[in-house]
Formats: sequence, C-alpha cells, structure tokens
Amino acid sequence: MLPELLQFILSGMTLGAMYMLSALGFSMIYNASGVINFAQGEFIMVGGMAASFLSAAGVPLPLACVAGVMIAGLVGGLVERMAVAPARDAEVASIIIITIGVSMILRGLTEILLGKRPHALPHFSGEAPLALLGATILPQSLWVLAAGALIVLGLSLFFGRTRIGKGVLATSYDRLAAQLVGVDVRRVLTLSFALSAVIGAVGGVVIAPISTVAYDTGMMLGLKGFVAATLGGLGSGPGAVFGGLFLGLIEALTAGYVSSAYKDAVPFVLVFIVLVLRPQGLLGAKPTDRI
Amino acid sequence: MLTVANLSKRFGGVHAVQDVSFTIPRGCVYSVIGPNGAGKTTLFNLISGLYTPTSGSIGFEGQEIGGAAPDQLARRGMSRTFQNLQICRNLSAIDNVMVGAHLTLNSSMVAGMLRWPGLSRADRACRERAAALMERVGCGAFIRADAAAMPYGALKRLEIARALASEPKILFLDEPAAGLNHTETHGIQTLVADLARSGLTVVVVEHDMKLVMSVSDRILVLNYGRRLAEGTPSEIRENPEVIAAYLGADAEED
Amino acid sequence: MTHHPDQSLPRSRQSISGPILGPGSRRVVGLAALAAVVALLPLLLPNAFYFDVAIRIAILAVNGIALNLLMGYTGQISLGHAGFFGLGAYGSAVLTTHFGWAPLPALLAAAGLTAVIAWGVARVILRLRGHYLAMATLGLGIIISIVLGNEAAWTGGPDGMPVDGFSLFGLTLSGERQWYWVFGGLLIATVILAQNLIDSPAGRALQALHGSETAASVAGIDVGRRKIAVFVLSATVSAMLGSLSAHYSGYINPGIAGFLQSVELVIIVVLGGMASIYGSIFGAVVMGLLPQILAGYEGWDSVLFGVILVVTMIFLPRGVVPSLATRLRSAGVTGKGGAAC
Ligand SMILES: Nc1ncnc2c1ncn2[C@@H]1O[C@H](COP(=O)(O)OP(=O)(O)OP(=O)(O)O)[C@@H](O)[C@H]1O
Ligand SMILES: [Mg+2]
Repeated sequence: MLPELLQFILSGMTLGAMYMLSALGFSMIYNASGVINFAQGEFIMVGGMAASFLSAAGVPLPLACVAGVMIAGLVGGLVERMAVAPARDAEVASIIIITIGVSMILRGLTEILLGKRPHALPHFSGEAPLALLGATILPQSLWVLAAGALIVLGLSLFFGRTRIGKGVLATSYDRLAAQLVGVDVRRVLTLSFALSAVIGAVGGVVIAPISTVAYDTGMMLGLKGFVAATLGGLGSGPGAVFGGLFLGLIEALTAGYVSSAYKDAVPFVLVFIVLVLRPQGLLGAKPTDRI
Repeated sequence: MLTVANLSKRFGGVHAVQDVSFTIPRGCVYSVIGPNGAGKTTLFNLISGLYTPTSGSIGFEGQEIGGAAPDQLARRGMSRTFQNLQICRNLSAIDNVMVGAHLTLNSSMVAGMLRWPGLSRADRACRERAAALMERVGCGAFIRADAAAMPYGALKRLEIARALASEPKILFLDEPAAGLNHTETHGIQTLVADLARSGLTVVVVEHDMKLVMSVSDRILVLNYGRRLAEGTPSEIRENPEVIAAYLGADAEED
Repeated sequence: MTHHPDQSLPRSRQSISGPILGPGSRRVVGLAALAAVVALLPLLLPNAFYFDVAIRIAILAVNGIALNLLMGYTGQISLGHAGFFGLGAYGSAVLTTHFGWAPLPALLAAAGLTAVIAWGVARVILRLRGHYLAMATLGLGIIISIVLGNEAAWTGGPDGMPVDGFSLFGLTLSGERQWYWVFGGLLIATVILAQNLIDSPAGRALQALHGSETAASVAGIDVGRRKIAVFVLSATVSAMLGSLSAHYSGYINPGIAGFLQSVELVIIVVLGGMASIYGSIFGAVVMGLLPQILAGYEGWDSVLFGVILVVTMIFLPRGVVPSLATRLRSAGVTGKGGAAC
C-alpha cells in the first residue's frame, strides 16, 4: 500500500521534473518576449536526439550530452534571430503561428537527418534499480531529479546575481525602460531563447535513457510544459517549478490509481479546472486593468 | 439626477476614492477637479460601472446603481469618454461612432445574419447620424478614415461623438481637452456649452481651469481621494483650501 | 496586442471619395466571383480525386470562417475548435449507427448538443484572456479527442467507426460530384451569412469588443453575452459541418478532433488573414493543396510547410489577404494623390 504510493510518487517526481524543465523554458521566453513558444517541445527533442545520435556514433557519453545541449541552445538562439525577431511587431496570433512553423521545421529536419526511429541514450549510472523503503527507483531518475534541482538553483543564481540575468528580468518588466537604462534588449531576447532551449535540452538528455526520444516526441512534452507553466501562472518561475512537479505527480497517481487510458487527459482537465477557479494560475499575480 | 453618498474605492493599500458625497442636478454642467492621482478617473469608473465600489452608494434617477454593469448603465442613459483613449482601432472611424449607437439598433445576431427587413435601412440611417455627429464635434474630416489612422486630437473628438451616439441623459467627459491646443480646447468649451443648452447633463473632469470655470455650473474638488470642496465656480475660486491644495499646485506646474 | 506600423495606413472600408455608405457593392463582386468559381470548377476537375480535394478545401474554408468569426472578428483565440467538429461528426455517427436515427435529425441533435456544451464551456472560459484562453481551449479540444479515442464501445476507439451516407426523403447523396454541390453551396451560404453578420450591428458589436472591451461595454454591449453567443455560433457551425463531412467520408477517427486539426484551423485563419472572410478561403485552399503537393517527400513536407508559415507571417504579418489588400489599395490611393487624412 504505502510502498506502492511511494512508487507512484517517485515516478511522478521524475515525470514532474521533466515537465518542470519544459515549463521553465516556456516561462523564460514568455517573460522576456511575451511569446508562447510552441517549439519548446522541439528544443527538448533536439537535445535528446542530438545526444543520442552522437553517443551512438561513438562520442563518449558525457561529451555527447554536453554537445546535445549546446546544439539545442544554438538552435534556440538561431530560431529567435531568424524567425521570431523579424516578426517582433506582429500580433500574438501571428507569432504563435511562427513558432508552430518553427516546430514543423525542426521536426522535419530531425526526421530527415536522424530518421524516424526512436533513439535512446545509455543509462548514466547503470540500470540496476535502487531500493527505497519498499519502492524502487532507477539511478537515471535520480539524474533527472538532480538535473532539475541544479537548473532551478542555477536559474535563481542567474537571475539574482548576474548582470545579464537582471537584464532579462528588467526586460520582462518593461522592455522600453530596460532599453533606456542600457540593457541590450535584442541580445536579451536571443539569450532567453537559447537559454530556454538549453533548459529543455537538459531535460531531453537526462530523460532519453528512460523513455527514448524520436523526432515527434517533442509536441506532447511541449504541450505539457505549457500546461505546467499555465497551472503555476504564466511567467512565474516558482509557478513553473510547482506546476511541473504537481502535474507529474497527479499524472502518475491517476495512471496508478484511476485509469491509465485517461492519463493523457489529466493535465488538460486539471488546467481547465484551475483556470476556471483561478484565471491567473495557481501562483500567478492577479492582473489589474487600468482604465 | 445623480446622487453619490459616502463612496469609497480601495486598491490594495491605496484609497483612490474615500467617503465622497455629492449631488448632480439635472441639466447642469458639473466639473470634477483635483491634482493628479486625486481619484477623478476612479470616480468616473465607479459611476459608470467599470469598478465596483468598496463601500457607499450611487443613485441615478432615484435608483441605486452601485455595482451595476456598464452595459446596464448605458441602457439607463449613461455615456462617457476616456482619459486614456478607448478606441476600436480595428474599425473605421464612423463605425466607432456607430458602436455608440448600439442600443438604438436591432443587434440580434440572427437578425444580422439573415439581413432582417429594415435592418439595413436603420443601419444606413444610423451611419448618416454618425456622420452628422462627427461633423458636430469637429472631426468631420475623418468620416471616411480608419480609426487607426487618426491623430490624437481627432480621436478625442471621435470618442465624444461615440458617447453622444447613444443619445444619453448624462455624459461624462474625462479630460476632453488634455493634449489639445488652445483653439481646440476652445472648441471643446463651446461644444460642452452647446450640449448643456440642449438639456444634457454633462460631467467633466478637466485640468484646464479656464475651461472649467467658464462652462461649469458647479464644481467638485477632490484631493487624495477625499472631497475638498464643492460649489459654484466663484465659491471654488475663493475657497482658501482649494487655492492652497490645488490651484497652488497647478500654478507650480505652469 | 501590439499593432504593426503598417496598420496606421489608411485602409478605409469605403472608397476615399465615395458616399458614406456601408460596405456593400464590393461584397457583391466578391460573392459573384466565388459563385462563379464554385460553379465552373467542376469543368476543370478531371476525376473524383480532384473533387475530393475540392470538397476538403470547402470543408476547411467553412470551418475557417466559423473560427474567424470567433478569432479574427471577436478576438477570442481558440486552439481546440476541431473538438466541436469532432463532436458533430461523432454525434451524427453514433446516433445513426447505434440508435438508427435518420441523418438529418441526428445532425440537428448533434449540433444542439454541441451548442449546449459550447455554451457551458464558454460561460466559464471566456473570462480568460489571451494565452490563458488559448490554453483552456487547447485543453478542451484535447480532452474531447481523448474521450472519443477511449470510449471504444460507442466510437470504435482509436481505429474510428464507419458512418452511413446522408439520405433525406429517400434520396441518398452518393459520389464526390453530388457532395461537391452540397459543400460548394454550403460555402457560399456561409460566406453570405457571415458577411451579413459582420456588416450588421451585431457584427459591429463583436468587432468593437475585440477593439476595446471597455468601450464596448460602456456603449451598452453585454460583452460576456456576446462572446458566449459567437463562441456557440462558431462551435455549432463546426459541429454541423462535422456531421456532414462524416457522412461524406464514410469513416471517422478521433484524429479529426485532435490538436493538429485545431492548429490547422488556426493556421487557416491567421495565414489567410484575421477578420477576413476571403482570407479564410485562401487559407483553406493553401492548407488543402499544400499537403497534396508535398506528399511523398517525408520530412521535407514538414520543413517546407514550416518555412512557408514562418516566411508568410514575417512578411505579411496580418495574413495574406489583408496585407496584400492594404498594399494594393495604398498603391492605388497614392496614385490618385492623397491619403485619407
Ligand atoms: N486599477 C487600479 N489599480 C490600482 N491603483 C489604481 C487603479 N486605478 C487608479 N489607481 C490609483 O488610484 C489613485 C487615483 O487615480 P485616478 O486615476 O483616479 O486619479 P486622477 O484623479 O484621475 O488623476 P489624473 O489627473 O492623473 O488623471 C492613484 O493613486 C492611482 O495610482
Ligand atoms: Mg484621470
């Protein structure tokens, strides 16, 4: 009974850490530019696919992982420069379509370059499950959780301590004001795309040994990241962390105790209910309209 | 016609309007003045139903309307303009004015889809009236323009035309002369006087003292959300508190 | 929403020197052109396959126009609209297959049911703004498609279910050629009704609340009620269309209600042009033809499609039809020497 619950919680946390990384990427871009990036899932996919491909080609695992993350970061920056920046003044709906277009391009290119077959990375520290109070956990899950924790820590240091991090924050509060005090807003926006791609790709790399990646795995991960970010409150960092973990837990518990057929519906039912009760998300600030 | 009693509105810790009471008689020009942030716009938003009062009551033609929805108040004959323009930039200028006439037309969606007999004729008549209104408020040059293509001053007038299109009993103007030059301000002054003469009750928030003093029958002075004074222009002009709190500050600005 | 500098150009609905009339004569020209295309197209279509493509384009166009009323004109985004199409399709399929209903009552019942669901949903979600509304509608669409995929006893599950043909008063529609006239007629009727609506006081109210909810409500427009009404209208049109196309294609699966289908509709609206009826038709033509043209180039189809979306939105951010119309008109106006103001 209890070990079973613990088992579901552990797998929920692993899943949740993944959603959290996706949500953090969403929120970062949303904050800096007001764009909902429907290509977020593709960043995760690109990271996982690139690392898997390099590792399979004989590149040592740590190097393959780092390279995969960096390739995704580069892709993120390029996407901002080439597709999003030129449409800066377009309406929200137009920019949504652009990010959907970008996701199609990334998906298609990956399919052409790396094939349709799912790829996998070797487990980082073996596949022997560890026992924990009657439940078991894969060492790789610990890697996922650790990566999630490290990213959260790194981000809070980045925003709290570094000059460029503060520049990103300033830009999200008021782009014009940030520009006036000397923040290079263009660079900040490119950086936020690159960084959110890096965050997503880290998730893609650490999860790849457990659940394999293919050219089309990005979409669902991206959508769930969007759900998690919305649950917590769009643009809120703590909201993304909370939303991601919460979503993972609820999904694992539903799959375990209720119905696995409706597992995929859970996030959407959940976000629906939350938005009806709290239109600004769980941790989001209530918007005030000035007239 | 309009009676406000002990009206208050708080935003978090900010008392934007605090315990304000006054009465606006029918057919007069009533001005609300006060320094920036005094709560004038908030007062308008409360009366027109955009904000819900924290406490207090608002009576319109003998009925309590505090907390009623803006569209309900429009039905009762209220109309207004905005300090920060609220223009539909996706519509043409004249369509903006016709939006104001919404309640005078059959606006059922089914009727619209089926082109109910008489609908087109009524709409065309409304369009002509809207054009006439635009001429009257002085933006006749833009009858065929798109709202998005119009300059600021013309948009301020367009809002007045839209507000008049609903044939209101009481009209609220929030800083109609802000950002306008001397001649344009004078035009607004004449317009307000004209409207009052035709029997409309007009409530004006305005910083331009010359305009306020010349058109108003009565004036309410707000300061930090509170009522500082109320009376005829000459009473207000002589009120030492007002001079200290408001006219003094205004003189500094100039 | 930010506005592109382009939008400050004059793009009046009336000609610069004409009388102060509403949009009128230009409508007739557009409609005549559309009717001519629909009437003459069969002469050019060599076989049933092409009729099928034309029918699918008409279906996309009607669905796009329905969504455009909600998104383009009223400004309320929906990323789950295919869900309503699916509800209509499955409603008809289940009622005719499992309950033996005749197609027409089944269609009406499915549309009615969808309207009720849309009304209930709209009441709670249309308070949401921007991306939160996008998320809620996205969730709604996905939930609908998951339910359709899971209730296998009724819907056949992920494999889908067959649907009988459409018959009325003993006559059964058969073959692409007959169905072509049904959907062609439906498209023309939809354009007429949608344009009537847009040009009416009700349509002006919808556009007004898109422009400024505050201004609209102060002018006496019940913003909440209007949003719900247009949401229900749009969902119901999609549902009826879903019913008809289920009978036409003879087989449906939950994919028709899925996220990708909803995205396809949004692309049609935005690519063609928000608040442009003919824009939605253009978008439907593109979305109907491109997959046919790109089919067989696995991977490249997706890349090329993505590139087209990105490039179009960068260079024609307001959508193809409105952006080009503005350019043409401003070229014409400057030729006659003078802008509107
Ligand atoms: N929606 C809101 N949320 C929070 N505070 C508000 C809001 N609207 C107004 N305030 C605050 O209430 C106070 C009164 O503002 P208001 O706009 O009513 O002043 P005003 O007299 O119209 O000033 P001005 O002459 O500058 O237009 C100000 O301190 C303002 O910051
Ligand atoms: Mg004000």
